[in-house]
Amino acid sequence: MKITLLYFARFRECLGIDQEIFEVAPGATVADVVDALAGRGSIWQQLFDGDARVMAAINEQLVAQTGVLNDGDTLALFPPVSGG
Amino acid sequence: MSATLFDTTITHSPLHLQRASDWLHKGAGESGAVVTFSGLVRGEQGEVETLTLEHYPGMTERAIADLAADVAGRWPLHRVLAWHRVGSLAVGEVIVLVGVSAAHRQEAFLAATCLMDLLKTRVPLWKKVRGPEGEQWIDAREKDLQAALRWQ
Repeated sequence: MKITLLYFARFRECLGIDQEIFEVAPGATVADVVDALAGRGSIWQQLFDGDARVMAAINEQLVAQTGVLNDGDTLALFPPVSGG
Repeated sequence: MSATLFDTTITHSPLHLQRASDWLHKGAGESGAVVTFSGLVRGEQGEVETLTLEHYPGMTERAIADLAADVAGRWPLHRVLAWHRVGSLAVGEVIVLVGVSAAHRQEAFLAATCLMDLLKTRVPLWKKVRGPEGEQWIDAREKDLQAALRWQ
């Protein structure tokens, strides 16, 4: 199934893209996607490896790394927020 | 008590404390307490020239409205206001304004503190500073994460 990935702030700037279409297996979680991105190596690994602090939102709702994805979802990945 | 009134916004325009205060004081009579908080861009002894706030359009507006409703569910509040700037800001400008009105000061102080603490960890906004050394993203601070945890 396909999801749309969005990147914000430092992630967007370091990766040089703000979105992409991504293929995931049924039942995939946020953690599965983050691991797959880290597997691309280089900057992807630096941003998304196991120790990295990554926040996620599915369809504009904050979720934990255990959040489960469905076909057509939008998954946003971003560094810990720093507003206020 | 009547239902809580909300005013939340994400904007590129300057924030005006007086307008926020006027709206919060409209419930005077029923409300005995109004608390407001303004967050400003710090200069950090010349290290910061401008601050840019990036956000997630759509989600940011929803997250700040959800947060205001969450806080209003915790204390008996009359009005809840949360305004946040995005885009480029100069040193001294207002980044964020929050305020609440309530019957008594205790719940007003607590609710305003809770609103700010949770805003810093739940609303998709990111700060980047530009100074003499170039540009740099500001990381979330551990102190802010700890402050938010006490309201979980």
